[in-house]
Amino acid sequence: MSGSIYGPVTDWTSDFDHADPHYNRHAHEIWSELRGSCPVAHSGRYGGTWLPVTHEHVREIAYDTENFTSRAVVVSTVIPEDPAPIGGAPPITSDPPFHHEARKILLPPFAPRKIEAWEEEVRILCRDLLDVMANDVAAGRTIDAAVQYAQNIPVNVIARMLGFPLGDQDLFRGFVHDVLEGINLDPQERQANSERLDAYIMSQIDDHIENPRDDLTSYLLNVEIMGEKLALEHVSGTIVLLLLAGIDTTWSAIGSSLWHLATHPDDLRRLGEEPALMSTAIEELLRFYAPVTMARLVAQDHDFHGCPMKTDEWVLLPFPAANLDPHAFPRADEVVLDRAENRHAAFGLGIHRCLGSNLARLELRVAIEEFIARFPRFELARGRDGVEWSLGQIRGPRVLPITVLEAV
Amino acid sequence: MSARIESCPHCARGYCALMRIHVDADKCQGHNRCYALAPELFDVDDYGNAVVVGDGSVAPELEEKARLAVANCPEFAITISE
Repeated sequence: MSGSIYGPVTDWTSDFDHADPHYNRHAHEIWSELRGSCPVAHSGRYGGTWLPVTHEHVREIAYDTENFTSRAVVVSTVIPEDPAPIGGAPPITSDPPFHHEARKILLPPFAPRKIEAWEEEVRILCRDLLDVMANDVAAGRTIDAAVQYAQNIPVNVIARMLGFPLGDQDLFRGFVHDVLEGINLDPQERQANSERLDAYIMSQIDDHIENPRDDLTSYLLNVEIMGEKLALEHVSGTIVLLLLAGIDTTWSAIGSSLWHLATHPDDLRRLGEEPALMSTAIEELLRFYAPVTMARLVAQDHDFHGCPMKTDEWVLLPFPAANLDPHAFPRADEVVLDRAENRHAAFGLGIHRCLGSNLARLELRVAIEEFIARFPRFELARGRDGVEWSLGQIRGPRVLPITVLEAV
Repeated sequence: MSARIESCPHCARGYCALMRIHVDADKCQGHNRCYALAPELFDVDDYGNAVVVGDGSVAPELEEKARLAVANCPEFAITISE
């Protein structure tokens, strides 16, 4: 795996880099160390980046939309030119007051009852994927729970919701990879990737304009904000958001949860024997392995608890680090499957709460239920070193070789 | 001092000592934790934001669920009055 353009990290308090391959693999240790020594770290990389790691600080920044803008939410060497308050992928890149309007139109299709209706389809999809993997298992082959399973579930579901061709799933994964993990590509290359993605989405939009149908893309083309239909750039920006945010994140949550069960046989056995634990277990896995770190840009020079933050510096918002803060959670560093009180921030805090949280939860729960029903006992095939973790703000295993010890 | 009412449907004590829950609509961001934990007490609107069921009074056998909903709300949007 390639390293950061800035070279290896020399010191995690003063030179950290979330794109260093060491970061996601050892994130928990890094955050824990910082929490004890330097709870708001600063690095000169990417034009200046701050990293708060306590629940209190992450929460404060998430709520402070005056001092921190969402105009750009993925740290890179170049700050996108899309102006506030809309940004390039509304509403995640929008600030108040526009944010409220852009979000409001998206809430109904992702509200709980609308999402519950997808459960059967998600279950069938998981079973189909498991059928193929079961053949590999029967033939004595190692399976890859990230590549053959986790990554396929959200891609398939979001493609159906948007009404995009299911055959284009590899293409979507390529886009996601380019945007979220291509942090260190040179600006021209990033720009070319982004244009490729925009062109693809515009072709899908054109197709929906010609042939309207009952899906999210047609919905976006017809919905109105204050009596007016959305500009095509708004529609395409929102689709970029749904495509990108819906895929990598859930894929990571499913993969990390399976990684946990593969490395903690007692938890795997307990979850199999006590299915009633599933609801608290899912929340606990979300807390402990929260995949998403958002970012903000400093909106104006200001002092944050003694830290001199400068306009247009990046601030990483590691919700997973907040979730592991011992001041916010007793036994924070343990996975407690029946944790009853769990105010985790896996889906963010404040006005940008993950729009797809109901869908992500559904996909995660069904994916785990089906996986352990088919494969009640499994372990890592090549140990922890055989697992490859993602690079950048979305944390999860990208290669997860599994040996199935018992198949049903 | 609790108001005296003629017949409380939940208790036979002659006055209503029911716990009440309240959702702060400005704080709720639609995490949907309360509705998942205690659908008897919370519902969600078309936008996925939480609303209390009925007048927010909590039958004694649901008090524990109400406390759990409070303790799991990431936005601290739910309060209890007793």
